[in-house]
Amino acid sequence: MATVELRFSALPEHVRTARLVAAAVARRAGVDEAVLDEVRLAVGEACSRAVGLHQIGGISAPVKVMLIEEEKQFSIEVGDEAAHASHGPGDSPGAMDEAEAEEDEMGLAVISGLVDDVQVSAGEHGGSIKMTWPTAPPAVALS
Amino acid sequence: MDLSLSTRTVGDRTVVEVGGEIDVYTAPKLREQLVELVNDGNFHLVVDMEGVDFLDSTGLGVLVGGLKRVRAHEGSLRLVCNQERILKIFRITGLTKVFPIHTSVDEAVAATD
Repeated sequence: MATVELRFSALPEHVRTARLVAAAVARRAGVDEAVLDEVRLAVGEACSRAVGLHQIGGISAPVKVMLIEEEKQFSIEVGDEAAHASHGPGDSPGAMDEAEAEEDEMGLAVISGLVDDVQVSAGEHGGSIKMTWPTAPPAVALS
Repeated sequence: MDLSLSTRTVGDRTVVEVGGEIDVYTAPKLREQLVELVNDGNFHLVVDMEGVDFLDSTGLGVLVGGLKRVRAHEGSLRLVCNQERILKIFRITGLTKVFPIHTSVDEAVAATD
């Protein structure tokens, strides 16, 4: 199970909340302070993208963010429920137009520029972006 | 934090001072402001980003859109930014080659090339 799981209605105003929660959990998990800005930006990009995909697809399901603390690493997985399989020539209505596709690409470009370990998956029933950062061991050991 | 916007005229330039967070929620407000300025005939814009705490790709998209609009009128769009965390986003997206980025409003206003 994820350390913290967040689900929010696919609305732009909630993306900020996701950023704040993700940064708070990342800090607790031991992600370096200097990297927290990147975590905040990357999770915001992934959530903005998911919100966009849900809105385009008219999907009422929430966007799901899983914050996963593991040994020596911290992962964030942002999941959407948009069908990704059908982008091709001659797509029916609901396919992305050019401007939306461009924005989507810019978001992914920022994520891949920021995060070394990114896995993007997409299928008929939804997609996800999983980003992983290393964590430092706790500075103070309990005695 | 929400987005704050204020504009003022310096010579033939219009300075847009932006504060707060530019993201998927607030970027449309910035877009409206830029569109309105261009529609009103202000084609030389200086966007002062010194008060910006957060900028994402949606915000970048709006700035690129603004640049396209002013260029259609042979105008200019210059940015003022000294914050490393914001500059980094322009660098990783290659947009430092697209926007003239200045260290102060005075410098941006005086710039001609």
